Amino acid sequence: MSVVVSSAAVLLLLGLALWTVVAREAFLAISGFVAYGLLLSLVWVRLYGVDVALTEAAIGGGLTGALLIGAASRLRDTEAAAWSERSGPGLRAVAKLLSLAVAVVLGLCVLALPEPAPTLADEVVARMPATGVGNPITGVLLAFRALDTLLEAIVLVIALIGVWSFAPDRVWGGRPGLRHRSDPDGILAYFARLLPPVGLIIGVYIFWAGADHPGGKFQGATILAAMWTLVLMAGLADTPAIGRRWLRIGIVVGPLVFIAIGFVGVAVAGAFLAYPDGWAKPMIVLIEAALMPTLVLILGLLLAGPPSRRGGP
Amino acid sequence: MVPPGGTGGRPRGDPMRTLLDVYTYAMVSFGAFFYLAGSVGLLRFPDAYTRLHALTKADNLGLALIVLGLMPQVDGVLAWLKLVLIWLLVLLSGAAVSQLIARAARRRDRQQ
Repeated sequence: MSVVVSSAAVLLLLGLALWTVVAREAFLAISGFVAYGLLLSLVWVRLYGVDVALTEAAIGGGLTGALLIGAASRLRDTEAAAWSERSGPGLRAVAKLLSLAVAVVLGLCVLALPEPAPTLADEVVARMPATGVGNPITGVLLAFRALDTLLEAIVLVIALIGVWSFAPDRVWGGRPGLRHRSDPDGILAYFARLLPPVGLIIGVYIFWAGADHPGGKFQGATILAAMWTLVLMAGLADTPAIGRRWLRIGIVVGPLVFIAIGFVGVAVAGAFLAYPDGWAKPMIVLIEAALMPTLVLILGLLLAGPPSRRGGP
Repeated sequence: MVPPGGTGGRPRGDPMRTLLDVYTYAMVSFGAFFYLAGSVGLLRFPDAYTRLHALTKADNLGLALIVLGLMPQVDGVLAWLKLVLIWLLVLLSGAAVSQLIARAARRRDRQQ
């Protein structure tokens, strides 16, 4: 029975992937991609990777899907024109051959992996008590491989700066995106009033539960950013001007606290990002709490886009 | 996949547990039927409004049946409440989003 379900899921995944590649219209491809992300997160649940499943649903399907829909709606006017200037058959054949070659090499690499795959899981489990957290994923992300997580947070800041850099000079420091307006008594405004309190609690719960259960700052922050986006889209609030000081501080506070704790490790425990004995849990909680506002702001502002109008100091 | 932990910790073979398992199978299958009906409606109905009708009605009821069916399989009031919360959240977002899609479809139809 489980073989049937697994095979059906794999076939569906392959079908959706194919659909995403061959779909003619960007919007169709994106709807395929979002469905692909959701199905992929179900597959992760079946593989007992609940943390990965949550992240895939939140970031892979949800946030990336929303970003892509935004991009597609901007490209809609020029999409037909872009299709009409197709490249020549020779170039297309070369591109197809190269893609096929990459797929074949990747497939061979996966098949050539040693069996059983080399793993550090046992060592992680043996050393988990030293971190004071119960969820091994959180232990890996914030203790054993904390440097990766730090760089990830910095990459997000750089990505946001990259989006902002598309702003024309005259609106630099202004508010991102359009000012959304909707019927104040309409369903969207109602939804945006009703859902955020619930979403706030669920987001913080998922963040807090991440210490011992599947969850964590990334998944929690995505939910909070989604609530913020909902309020913005319903026109109940406006995006903050990107020149605001609190906004800038919020965006860098996570990485800065992370780096500061890294140097505390140099002074006290002898290595960058090493936690002194018995202090691992509080330091991990501090890092996660500092990363939370950074992630919420960055994810929300990535969706809002570059500053497009003057407003506010 | 996940071994059933609920049904009051009753051991396998307990008649009460068998009864609850049968109830779960029946309710979840019934719920799955509504999902199937909703999907068929999505594929077969002619326009956006009737498709939304098929999807929302069938999904809300289908999820309700699945949640009701899973209730005896989880332990504790908190897990029950989480299941109910999931159902309510899906109801809420389904109702709101279907309204928004229908409104967008009507605006498009008027323009044409």
